[in-house]
Amino acid sequence: MHDTLQNTSQMKDTLQMHEKLQKFRSIVNDPTLSSTQKARYLSQEAENALPYLELEPEVQEALEQRVICDMYEGHAPYKPRYVLPDYAVVLQKGSKYLELPIPETLDEAISTLMIAYHHVPSVTGMPVYIGQLDDLLLPFCIDVSDEELYQKIKMFWRYLDRTIPDAFMHANIGPTDNRVARAVLRVDAELKQVAPNLTFFYDPDVSTDEILSVATNNIVECSKPHIANHPIHAKTFDERGYGIVSCYNVLPVAGGSSTMTRINLKKVALRSDSEAHFFDEVLPRYIDLNFKLTEKRIAYLFEESNFFNSFLVEEGWVERDRFSMMYGIYAVADAVNILQKKHGRSGKYGFDQTANALGLKISRVVAEAVEARPMTNVWRGRALLHSQAGICTDTETPGVRIPYGTEPDPVSHVQALAAHHQYYPSGVSEILTIDETIKNNPQALFQLCKGALASGFREFSANVASNDLVRVTGYMIRLTDVEKFNDEKGSRTNTTAFGAEAVDTVGILKRSPRVVGIEFQATG
Amino acid sequence: MSPKGLAKTSQVQATVSKILTYSICDGPGNRLVIFLQGCNFNCVTCHNPHTIGTCNNCGDCVPACHVDALSMVNGKIAFNPVNCDQCDACLVACPISANPMVQKYSVSDILELAREYRPFLNGITVSGGEATLQLKFVLALFQAVKDTPDLAHLTRFIDTNGHLGPQSWERLLPVTDGVMLDVKAFDPSLHFHMTKQDNKKSMQSAKILQAAGKLFELRFLAIPGHTDSAGELEKLTEFVLSLGKDIRVKLNAFQHHGVRGEPLNWEKMPKSGIEHIAAHLRRAGVADVITPAVYT
Repeated sequence: MHDTLQNTSQMKDTLQMHEKLQKFRSIVNDPTLSSTQKARYLSQEAENALPYLELEPEVQEALEQRVICDMYEGHAPYKPRYVLPDYAVVLQKGSKYLELPIPETLDEAISTLMIAYHHVPSVTGMPVYIGQLDDLLLPFCIDVSDEELYQKIKMFWRYLDRTIPDAFMHANIGPTDNRVARAVLRVDAELKQVAPNLTFFYDPDVSTDEILSVATNNIVECSKPHIANHPIHAKTFDERGYGIVSCYNVLPVAGGSSTMTRINLKKVALRSDSEAHFFDEVLPRYIDLNFKLTEKRIAYLFEESNFFNSFLVEEGWVERDRFSMMYGIYAVADAVNILQKKHGRSGKYGFDQTANALGLKISRVVAEAVEARPMTNVWRGRALLHSQAGICTDTETPGVRIPYGTEPDPVSHVQALAAHHQYYPSGVSEILTIDETIKNNPQALFQLCKGALASGFREFSANVASNDLVRVTGYMIRLTDVEKFNDEKGSRTNTTAFGAEAVDTVGILKRSPRVVGIEFQATG
Repeated sequence: MSPKGLAKTSQVQATVSKILTYSICDGPGNRLVIFLQGCNFNCVTCHNPHTIGTCNNCGDCVPACHVDALSMVNGKIAFNPVNCDQCDACLVACPISANPMVQKYSVSDILELAREYRPFLNGITVSGGEATLQLKFVLALFQAVKDTPDLAHLTRFIDTNGHLGPQSWERLLPVTDGVMLDVKAFDPSLHFHMTKQDNKKSMQSAKILQAAGKLFELRFLAIPGHTDSAGELEKLTEFVLSLGKDIRVKLNAFQHHGVRGEPLNWEKMPKSGIEHIAAHLRRAGVADVITPAVYT
């Protein structure tokens, strides 16, 4: 009997190994992947061939059922999810490890940054943060003419898109109205590239109406950039500053986020008999389980992976204790609609006062729980709540958003959701869908943006219908690229694959301006 | 607002077909748009014909409603918006192109709405129907906006067919920031055929507005086989030039959405047709010609 069991378990292992090898083989032979992409996927598969971190049975079960989720970051966290180097350090001091002198000219500064980016890891393997570009480069622009600056930024922009072909790579500018910010905005609208992602920080007391206008006109032109509510973010973080990275994640500069985990609130609601049951028992239970999962992942990174032995820490690009952690939730709309139904109420999330109040209560309750839980190896000892925008295999509604296809006009949309934003310090985003008639009336977008930020939105993002560039929640894809990808010609840009999958899951090409919630493709 | 101000404006009420709290195609920026019921034209190609008539309480709409949102009370139509599911069956049933779902709004009702949406608004537009038919209300509303400190920055625009006399403009213009004026056709018999009215007043209004510096844009609906003849194009160009080369001209393309009756069989205006008209105007020196962003 014992032999049989042993044989059975051996057979299982052999079978699993065989499946894994087959998976490796299919990656190696995939006609749509470049060799770099193959290498990346192979490394992910290898990591996931390791047994998972040891979890308590309850946590394990919740993870398997996907009520809590580790974002498929991998079985052995050997790098933080997001790294936000303070690039000013290398621009001011050069680098011993990289044998780089202190740059003196604009060319040298840009070259230094270009080299630096190659050494910044993340969950995708590529940098998700390339710095506060105007702050970094302005000191080098004194003897540079406007035309020269434009040309250099243009070359730089092209370099970024062609060597780091990932729409999660994110540049920040603002809030002042300055030459570098204007050059970046000019180039970004002209080149209409998928990468880099771009956020302009807006501060009504510092930014001019003119530069905000340039930014909103850019959105009409190409659905980029995002516009961030600088005063709210500045208050949340410290004097060293914050960066907006990847899709719309807000984190400390000279640090980042060790990991992201998330709770599927739809599944929590399905496991609840009533609203009271949800708030008193089921939600607190899964909040706790998600914390336990999170703590295990952080511990591995800090205690076993040796990541912090890196030159990044040694030379001061990042500091070990400035790594925060994004504690995410999603499917608020679905949870609310389920609970409403359980109580015989027909009001839907986004349209009904009771439903909206219930949704807001969920945000508040989770925010309070996150605030109350001390954490080790986390900046300031507390996780940062995050409204998670989904991954391409999700069928649930992202974050706190209103379900697709049912969104009201942009203003009502903003008003329905603005109250949530105070609870999500590490990021929350809506992508407003704007009819393309706005191309004849860009002033309207300017006003919409101001109104949204004045209402308490942490950031303003919009998709204008008919643009080839479309925001697939936080990051861009080119619709024409997706078409090509689907014809199995493959795509140069990493994130096109996610967009293509989203097309299948949510029909992005079938409906004009529909946005999809994805953040990272499932590899599990 | 002062009690005196309140007393002054509270009497005037508007019969409103619809209000949009978000609109990007009814004037510059994002606007609060009030669509007033009733029109003095009867355009065969109207794309919201249910705004033309004024209810005469005939009751034909009542049986058309499947959710009991309509009833007759003391010989008048009573509408219950709570029950209404906006199926619009009553609009189809109405024999005089009126609208039983109209609601009454006072000036302070509109000001309250404007305040609620203030951070998002650049201004307020009155449209319809023909907004100038409820002149008293428009005057009271626009004056009130000007007199309310936290709303005074909102621009006040009118969307109109221009069928209004000079004395009325004299009262309206001091409280109006801009007017969007539609001329339906230039040949008088064509205009009568399309609208059941003469076009002299409209063309005269355009001149009055331009002289006052309040003509924000002149609009023209291009309908294939009807308003796009060479003759009409000549007259349009001539008229625009008589107003001035720098006026903003908005070309609209005839489409079927909302249209009723025979014109549903008419061709829609394609992009090429609009571009032809735009090119002609631009060659004649008209610099600011706006064409549609979307063709459906």
